[in-house]
Amino acid sequence: MVKRVIVGAHYGLKDWLAQRITAIVMAVYTLLWLAIALYNGGVDYSLWRALFANAAFKIVTLLFGLALLWHAWIGMRDIWMDYIKPTAVRLMLEVLTIVVLVGYAGWFVQLLWGRG
Amino acid sequence: MSVSERPVVKRPVYLNLVQIRLPLPGIVSILHRISGAALFLFGIPLLLWAVQASLASADSFASLKATWAHPLVKLVLIGLIWAYLHHLCAGIRYLFLDVHTGIELKPARQSSIIVLAVSLALTVIVGVRLW
Repeated sequence: MVKRVIVGAHYGLKDWLAQRITAIVMAVYTLLWLAIALYNGGVDYSLWRALFANAAFKIVTLLFGLALLWHAWIGMRDIWMDYIKPTAVRLMLEVLTIVVLVGYAGWFVQLLWGRG
Repeated sequence: MSVSERPVVKRPVYLNLVQIRLPLPGIVSILHRISGAALFLFGIPLLLWAVQASLASADSFASLKATWAHPLVKLVLIGLIWAYLHHLCAGIRYLFLDVHTGIELKPARQSSIIVLAVSLALTVIVGVRLW
């Protein structure tokens, strides 16, 4: 009989790929910001407000946010798996990480669309 | 000779953290992990908080800029900017390694130095631009 551990890694390849794809999304978003800042010679308050009022910018920023949170989940889970040996403690830390990340996601959406 | 008959060779094991001498790619690797953890623990909440404060009003945008000028805040921000840039540069290196580019010892060492140097240089450039 195979003894399975509830927090074992049976999803390796999918997460490995997701880690890379989300990384590329974030790298492209970083370049977008660099281009905006260079094109406008810096970012002042009015440009900042205008960007966060733009529907396309909001969607692209949401994509960045989702990529960031997914990427952070994979990375943090890797760290917990490598260093935290007791299963109960690891499971607790993983759940805590998910709770924090989902909270961040809510905050993120609220920043983009929650201000009327 | 079967495995069980093989004489036990006592090899040196260095698991003492202050004794471990990591090779350059190892240094890039552990910094990638440390910077990633720092970005999760401090970077994301700070970013969300800063964006929220900056969007509230022109005054809060200005006062946020003033907060940035504080030396201690500067130090934390520079640290997080380095963490982001190192994580980005080291990540790009890993993408190349994934497609089997630069996996020989010599180019792997060279790309490690490049990652360390470029991320530090970019941190200085961003720091100078911000202040």
